[in-house]
Amino acid sequence: MLELVIQTENLSKSFGKTRAVDNVNLSIHSGEIYGLVGPDGAGKTTLMRLLCGALHMDNGKATIAGYDITNQAEHARQQIGYLAQRFAMYEELTVWENLQFFAEVRGLPSKEWVQRGKEILEFVGLEEFAGRRAGQLSGGMKQKLGLASALVHRPRILLLDEPTTGVDPVTRQGFWQLIIRVVAQENVTVLISTPYMDEASRCMRLGFMRQGKIFLEGKPRDLCAKLTQQIYELQGRPLQLLRQIAAKHAAVENVQMFGGRLHLRIKRGQAKTLGRLKSEIRSAGAIVDHLKPIDPQLEDVFIALVEK
Amino acid sequence: MYNRLISLIRKEFIQIIRDPRTLALTFIMPVMMLFLLGYAATNDVRNIGLVVMDQDQSPSSRRLIQAYLNADYFKLSGVVFSEKELRARIDNNTARAGIIIPPGYGKTIAAGKTAQVAFILDGSDPTVASTALAAAVLIGQAHATQITSERVKKQGLSNMMLLPIDVRTQVLYNPGLVSAYYMIPALIGQILQFLATMLTATSIVRERERGTIEQLIVTPLKPWELVVGKLTPYVLISFLDTLEVLAAGVLLFRVPINGNLILLLVLSGLFLITTLGIGLLISTIANTQQEAMLTTMFTILPTIFLSGFFFPLAAMPTWLRLISYAIPLRYFLIISRGIILKGVGLSSLWGEVIALLIFAIAVMSAASLRFRKSLD
Repeated sequence: MLELVIQTENLSKSFGKTRAVDNVNLSIHSGEIYGLVGPDGAGKTTLMRLLCGALHMDNGKATIAGYDITNQAEHARQQIGYLAQRFAMYEELTVWENLQFFAEVRGLPSKEWVQRGKEILEFVGLEEFAGRRAGQLSGGMKQKLGLASALVHRPRILLLDEPTTGVDPVTRQGFWQLIIRVVAQENVTVLISTPYMDEASRCMRLGFMRQGKIFLEGKPRDLCAKLTQQIYELQGRPLQLLRQIAAKHAAVENVQMFGGRLHLRIKRGQAKTLGRLKSEIRSAGAIVDHLKPIDPQLEDVFIALVEK
Repeated sequence: MYNRLISLIRKEFIQIIRDPRTLALTFIMPVMMLFLLGYAATNDVRNIGLVVMDQDQSPSSRRLIQAYLNADYFKLSGVVFSEKELRARIDNNTARAGIIIPPGYGKTIAAGKTAQVAFILDGSDPTVASTALAAAVLIGQAHATQITSERVKKQGLSNMMLLPIDVRTQVLYNPGLVSAYYMIPALIGQILQFLATMLTATSIVRERERGTIEQLIVTPLKPWELVVGKLTPYVLISFLDTLEVLAAGVLLFRVPINGNLILLLVLSGLFLITTLGIGLLISTIANTQQEAMLTTMFTILPTIFLSGFFFPLAAMPTWLRLISYAIPLRYFLIISRGIILKGVGLSSLWGEVIALLIFAIAVMSAASLRFRKSLD
């Protein structure tokens, strides 16, 4: 039985009449990478802020590595490395000074953090830039510095709030490699929120959030299987015309564009009637390369869930 | 705990040093204000332009004119020959006052009668006008007294009919009535107030504006450590500014420091607690640095007028004077002027000291109640 490092019971937080986080129950085990996905305003950031103590909960209970976040707030915080959505390092300070500051205010004596600081800078690949001011780093390097300063005090839990938003795909890839290595090498548990479905699919477990609630939870593969409707992939030319025709078809519930392909979500039990779609498209003068059922992707599941 | 605090203070200093423009402003602004207040904002009215219209042209009339010009309140700006011309000089600002001596002035005096002289004043600037008015009456009377005593002497009554009262005035503390002496002690209060409030408010709001506050909140820093750590550098800067203004005041304006400098600095520290607390309070209200700055201005501006900084409290209507009791700067100005100009000690100032203590405690309590180490 793995240790539960993040546990919440009916965690709630309201801003005025809006229930930003509404009775959330989370159980995250040591060594997990748990992903929070959901539309903007679903409450992901508020949930993270509650867990790290930046906001106070209205109701419920939460423990971090066994410490109650209300009564043992400072102990709980000691276990957490938090990377907020907005880049929040001191721009006038150098990379090294930022790291020093965040290590020291978390109570690390200089004997410990100097060694650890070098180690963590090397880990994220910023050792050459130790003397550069944080304000002069590129977006990707800033994220790495954020990660480094969140990790400098050897936390057991890493809370990452949309860490890769606005970062180029190569950097995103590199950032994920780092997260996976952190989990493996430092035995860190990660709670990450992300708007990208390809990132979500890398998580070990996912929670779908909407209107403050986690209404679906599970491994990415299991979640995909939960979609009761079938997904068909349609490829051809011109794509805009294909899209218009498909959207009008009686059996099609939703059409999404994925690069050069369309994903059609079919109304329950109506896949048979789809046969006519190909001929409809051809008679409109367009070309169909293929139309075939596929396994639903996370994105299909996500869109179907958000629409409900 | 010790390490955390030191680390926060060091971080704050690095940020201050790497923002040289703000740093320069904090040290240039006080000296600039000192110069402006020391030289420009002076209430000492001297050399008021006077036009003379002498219709008598007698030795007596020339003596009267000379009497006016001998005092350094007036200087001759011209001679005119008609009332219209005199008015024109005042209208186009080449003169502020005019004197008209009617024909026959000398003869009337010689006959032992009372002669009349007209004195015309531009009242558009009340400060200048009131000084000129007082000076005109005074010089006129003095001259009249002199004429009387000469008449008496002529009649051989000599010493028997001298004036019954001779008022000799003595001005204590600022015998030359130099405005700079009055302004510089007050400027210390103003600088302590303005800089400390604004720097504190903006430095905390900046953390919120840039999002770094979120990172600070999730550290084990205690709320009081956060406050003390953020404020310490600005306490130091404010003290350096105080010393700077004092030094400039002594070296450039020869302001005498008659009292105990250490007492002044200690009480400045007490006043500083209040102003830092106000800055802290503003930081809990404002969301952006701009808002913080405007709120600071809005809070500070009325105190300049209601604390006795420029305008004497004694001259205010009662209800405004009552409001002035709610302004901490009022008490500090009494303290700083008292120590620097009068050389008084704690025994004369304890009322003000207690008032400042109450303010310090009240403002800091309010600020610490409102200051939360969280985002909500």
